[in-house]
Amino acid sequence: MAARKTTKKPNVSKEELLHHYREMLLIRRFEEKAGQLYGMGLIGGFCHLYIGQEAVVVGLEAAASEGDKRVTSYRDHGHMLACGMDPKGVMAELTGREGGYSKGKGGSMHMFSKEKHFYGGHGIVGAQVPIGAGLAFADKYLGNDRVTFAYFGDGAANQGQVYETYNMAELWDLPVIFVIENNQYAMGTSVQRSTKSPSLWERGAAYGIPGEEVDGMDVLAVKAAGEKAVAHCRAGKGPYILEVKTYRYRGHSMSDPAKYRTREEVQKMREERDAIEHVRDMLLTGKHATEDDLKAIDKEIKEIVNESAEFAKESPEPALDELYTDIYADVLPQGSAA
Amino acid sequence: MATEILMPALSPTMEEGTLAKWLVKEGDTVSSGDIMAEIETDKATMEFEAVDEGIVGKILIAEGTEGVKVNTPIAVLVEEGEDADAIPAPAAAPQAEAEPAPEEAPASAPAASVASEDVAEPDIPEGTEMVSTTVREALRDAMAEEMRRDELVFLMGEEVAEYQGAYKISQGLLDEFGARRVIDTPITEHGFAGIAVGAAFGGTRPIVEFMTFNFAMQAIDQIINSAAKTLYMSGGQMGCPIVFRGPNGAAARVAAQHSQDYAAWYMQIPGLKVVMPYSASDAKGLLKSAIRDPNPVIFLENEILYGRSFDVPKLDDYTVPFGKARIWREGSDVTIVSFGIGMQYALEAADELAKDGISAEVIDLRTIRPMDTATVLKSIQKTNRCVTVEEGFPQGSVGNYISSVIMQEAFDYLDAPVINCTGKDVPMPYAANLEKLALVTTKEVIDAVKSVTYR
Repeated sequence: MAARKTTKKPNVSKEELLHHYREMLLIRRFEEKAGQLYGMGLIGGFCHLYIGQEAVVVGLEAAASEGDKRVTSYRDHGHMLACGMDPKGVMAELTGREGGYSKGKGGSMHMFSKEKHFYGGHGIVGAQVPIGAGLAFADKYLGNDRVTFAYFGDGAANQGQVYETYNMAELWDLPVIFVIENNQYAMGTSVQRSTKSPSLWERGAAYGIPGEEVDGMDVLAVKAAGEKAVAHCRAGKGPYILEVKTYRYRGHSMSDPAKYRTREEVQKMREERDAIEHVRDMLLTGKHATEDDLKAIDKEIKEIVNESAEFAKESPEPALDELYTDIYADVLPQGSAA
Repeated sequence: MATEILMPALSPTMEEGTLAKWLVKEGDTVSSGDIMAEIETDKATMEFEAVDEGIVGKILIAEGTEGVKVNTPIAVLVEEGEDADAIPAPAAAPQAEAEPAPEEAPASAPAASVASEDVAEPDIPEGTEMVSTTVREALRDAMAEEMRRDELVFLMGEEVAEYQGAYKISQGLLDEFGARRVIDTPITEHGFAGIAVGAAFGGTRPIVEFMTFNFAMQAIDQIINSAAKTLYMSGGQMGCPIVFRGPNGAAARVAAQHSQDYAAWYMQIPGLKVVMPYSASDAKGLLKSAIRDPNPVIFLENEILYGRSFDVPKLDDYTVPFGKARIWREGSDVTIVSFGIGMQYALEAADELAKDGISAEVIDLRTIRPMDTATVLKSIQKTNRCVTVEEGFPQGSVGNYISSVIMQEAFDYLDAPVINCTGKDVPMPYAANLEKLALVTTKEVIDAVKSVTYR
């Protein structure tokens, strides 16, 4: 990834920058806390942290409108926080408690919020891609102008069902934005070791889907690209692909020693390209905020995260009879079509 | 040398067809590849081409004739100067030399409409008019009625729209409902199953037709991991109202990759409902229930049954509830439990056994999940013996599960071990004789009953 271009004076308001800063910081602090709780044995199983990739979801959520949908993989905590889900409910799901979004039955990888139009949280690599196109299919069928963001990684980008979906999404002009979060490593396999073609978004050309590469460490660039993609979809022109180049600082999951890359590589990325630092710089150099202002925000975020952790520890484990609930619906939980 | 032209078999399960139209007349010269006639099978209207060169000497079967058996001579081709009338009338000759028609195959089915003659369908009000309907028509009617009733219901699959269905199940639906609601897909089961699951999450009610359930193997991750489990994984927030339907099990002579019964596979999965109808009335009533169900439903049809006729009640809104078995025939000596095409063997066996004085109670499970084991157990308490019948593989079969339930809940009532009649433990062979051997047979059911009744 190229070093950041010299920042032109961006045409962006103080409020917007502060919003991005706050949202990205919430994800980072939340994930750090989740890592800590995992280490304490309060979170079990797989736990995939989003640290480093915050600008992707925060930028794209800034481009979304009320009613737009999103679906992603198992690295989903950031997406949930960015679309407005309650950190308490997310953290309590990580600890497998009654207060979690899925009452403790889904865990880190399987969480949903009908209210926030968040359709998971999917544990099978690539399976969320046709599901995302299907959500868009439903919106088109129902005749509304909503857009779906279907997020997947560079690893999932090699799954066959992604390309089956590209074909149908373009054939049927589905309003879906395929967001490839290219964090450069599919677990321990770098893109270079799994993929001969240098760019992933260009594969859309084979299906007639336009797209572009986006600097995923620059929240404003992500937002701008997202707005373009949303406009394309909402205009009824069919799907759009965004390959967002990003970087995950932590291992694939909590149990990943990350021997496949050097410590220096990670360090260089954190020092030179960190998305939160970038916005922080803009806030300070643009005189939008003082160090003290930002410290106050940090404190506020820390409190929110601590509260979520407290809630996640105190919320009881699900009642034992929950084992046998929610297997079949008697009536549709979503009721009639939204 | 005159050549007989025989009624062709135009699909694996075709036994007879309608000679819809002759496109040549007597005296016409034809050469190889010329279209001679249009023949309507149970699935489609096909053009029939000449293979040999010659002059159409005589047309033996008039156009518009229905029920022309495969291999019946339909015309005679003569050479220049030959007199068609001089040829011994072949039409009268039986199909002596003809190769064994599908009558040998399991496809053979009693031609007559099967009425529920023994035990009346309990859910139908007395005096209801019954209409002889094929399973194919019943399925189509069920979809059409539900699509009229609910705008959110749509049909998606390979060849469902313009082709009118690979097995003609969706015939006429495109005309009535349009391309928005009857949607042809590319041949990408994994992808379109996933899209349909997403569409169900998004507030619609998709019906996904798999051309056969063999191809659903490509999509099984979306069916199980996405459709079946999401309600649970979301703590009850996100339901998936969807029907996956299509022919399941052996057809005829299509060999291992196209002949498998998936009832036992899907039966295993919490979150799925699994339906496998035998009769046309159940096909209709259960499919309507499936489309209205807020859960993912696996609806297993059978190609051989598509063309079979049964009495279907003429009611405005006929539905059959899930989890309720149907007793087709009451009996006192043995309980035969089956579902889907297995019912054919079960009922045939019961008829034969009656001649030997053995009274068999025949239960059609109709839905495999939820399974009406209560009706089975109640019957066992009366007969003390049980034989299960299905086409699927023996290891981990539906019958195995029923046996375990009976053993745990009615052990003291059993006078003999339960026998599971199943398909053989082999991939389906192609050769006609081996295929016949691989499938469960009526004789095996009769033998099993005789064994458990110690006759």
